[in-house]
Amino acid sequence: MKIACLIKQVPDTETRIRIKPDRSGIEESDIKYIVSPYCEFAVEEALRVKEKAGGGEATVISLGPDRVVEAIRTALAMGIDKGIHIDSEGKSFDSYATAVVLANVLRDRGFDMILCGKQAIDGDNGQVGPMIAELLDIPQVMIIERLELTADKKGVTATRRVAGGGKEVYEISFPALFGCEKGLNVPRYASLPGIMKAKTKPIEKLKSSDLLNGALPLVQWANYQLPPERMAGKKIEGDLAYQAHELVRLLREEAKVI
Amino acid sequence: MTNQTRSYFTEEHEIFRKSVRSFVEKELYPHQQEWEKSRSVPKEIFKKLGEQGFLGITLPEKYGGSGCDYWYKVAFAEEMTHCRMNGFTMDVMVHTDMTTPVINRLGTEAQKEEVLIPAIKGEKICALGITEPGGGSDVAHLRTTARKDGDDYIINGAKTFITNGSRADYILLAVRTGPPVTAETFQSAHTGVSFIIFPTHNEKGEKTPGFSVGRKLEKMGNHSSDTAELSFQDCRIPTKYLLGEENKGFYYVMNNFQGERLIASIMACAGMKLMLEDSIKYGRERQAFGKPIITFQVWRHRLAQLFTELEAAQELTYRACDLFNRDIPCVKEISMAKLLTSELVNKVAAECVQLHGGYGYIEEYDICRVYRDVRLLTIGAGTSEIMREIIAKETGL
Ligand SMILES: Cc1cc2nc3c(=O)[nH]c(=O)nc-3n(C[C@H](O)[C@H](O)[C@H](O)COP(=O)(O)OP(=O)(O)OC[C@H]3O[C@@H](n4cnc5c(N)ncnc54)[C@H](O)[C@@H]3O)c2cc1C
Repeated sequence: MKIACLIKQVPDTETRIRIKPDRSGIEESDIKYIVSPYCEFAVEEALRVKEKAGGGEATVISLGPDRVVEAIRTALAMGIDKGIHIDSEGKSFDSYATAVVLANVLRDRGFDMILCGKQAIDGDNGQVGPMIAELLDIPQVMIIERLELTADKKGVTATRRVAGGGKEVYEISFPALFGCEKGLNVPRYASLPGIMKAKTKPIEKLKSSDLLNGALPLVQWANYQLPPERMAGKKIEGDLAYQAHELVRLLREEAKVI
Repeated sequence: MTNQTRSYFTEEHEIFRKSVRSFVEKELYPHQQEWEKSRSVPKEIFKKLGEQGFLGITLPEKYGGSGCDYWYKVAFAEEMTHCRMNGFTMDVMVHTDMTTPVINRLGTEAQKEEVLIPAIKGEKICALGITEPGGGSDVAHLRTTARKDGDDYIINGAKTFITNGSRADYILLAVRTGPPVTAETFQSAHTGVSFIIFPTHNEKGEKTPGFSVGRKLEKMGNHSSDTAELSFQDCRIPTKYLLGEENKGFYYVMNNFQGERLIASIMACAGMKLMLEDSIKYGRERQAFGKPIITFQVWRHRLAQLFTELEAAQELTYRACDLFNRDIPCVKEISMAKLLTSELVNKVAAECVQLHGGYGYIEEYDICRVYRDVRLLTIGAGTSEIMREIIAKETGL
């Protein structure tokens, strides 16, 4: 069985984000990066499927600048067999351009299963997975919280979480793409022996410019802004009638929401 | 002050660092309150650390270690501070930096087979038994005796303040194998000290007869640490447990202190960084006279001063790490790092409590615990006075 997992490196949620002077994006120097948590579920699931299938090969793929090699190595340290790094060559990619590049890498490599996060926690768009499936013309199920290999190992039963605690259960045969949700598994930590072993695992280097086939991003970023700082709360004291009156007045005159 | 900008650390070190952090945040920190309160951490946690390869970072692969350079150890120690349990962290460092490395350096194959392999897995826990009720700084004149009797040593005496003491499987015990300390032998007493790997249980799993763990010591801080008083009464231990050569123990102990002092310096720096970050976060939120306290120039300047001193202490520590990693003699640098960082961490903790105001005195805020915990650092692993003695000697004064 051949499994691909797609991972994205994103700013750590603890990092203080600053905007570039030209407002085209965020300042990337001095940021601490992590693997997007939903992508970590994808890596872990790839390892579990491989273990359950009793063999196979798992490849981790990431598009981005050189720094994403660290994320790829981390996945290799967790147990993934090989990596592919697609250099973004200093360019910004929207969901569509990302999907085009990744689909072109995935095509013709014979993957049975493609795993990705349900979304990356930076842009929170959740578009790349479904777009890739569309471009490759394969089925996809997003927001999965359970994945069971079928007895013949030619497909899976995937459980997708839907609003209000509902579930949808899909029986789906390979090749297919799955977007992983929290709860699917608990990712293992990269152990030190694993990190040492990962040093010698191969990472294939590709260039995004060779893989775009003329496609252009559909989104441009004109004006990035930080959300306004949260202001200190206001406490209304006094008797209940006064509090209610004052609250309505503030909502109308200060917050201007009613 | 990110670590990526320090040339000592490569990408692999950073991957390892993140892995340790995520382990610490998920497996240790959530239990912090509970373990600090119950004044102990379950023994099983050592096994979890072992599974991740954290207990044999620099030790040979042959015994289950990873054979890595010292900077992996640095990354591990720095990230461990994020469990916010100085006590438990010390328990771990006693195991990884004060006992197992010397067993690796001096031990026989049989000793490594018996002790090192399970210790790296976290199945057996090691303690270091040097300090006695009668004295800790003055190692040369320790009084616990080991008298040879056929193929055994018979051990008598007492040790105190022993970290991991109540749950250790092996205690690296400093004992007197030479003549007793008298007026005549006082000057040469250091030539009568040996290191014995004392098994607390025999091969059948029974407690070694004559060995007992005394009362639980109520400490000022480091509550999550296991600190015990130990007593040895005619304990019969096979001579195969002698580590290295007989009567060379004093040199072994002094040598072993280097790793202990260096790791203490590393953790002190990482601890300072953490408490300063916490304090800045607090100072941004806490308002007084209509503005966040962090915006008062007094605090900006004080913090700027502390960051400067921390940076200097950190680089001295990293310099000592670099020498240690390359096996270049660095007793002076390590002693300096230990002296500087342990004094500074107390100053920083005091300032951070001050910045927190009354909340700094309340247990819900971590700085309250830290302030107590760091008090140990100018005492344990050799006091500041002893550090100055060593530095004076090393400087040729
Ligand atoms: C929580 C905790 C955990 C510990 N864990 C361990 C452990 O695992 N294993 C272990 O062996 N020990 C351990 N210790 C003991 C520790 O290493 C000793 O407390 C320390 O070495 C000091 O020894 P002492 O307490 O006997 O003080 P003393 O040696 O009695 O010193 C008292 C004071 O006299 C000063 N002094 C001594 N000699 C001189 C001198 N020549 N010149 C100037 N001043 C001097 C000292 O600096 C100190 O201020 C631990 C201690 C604590 C509190």
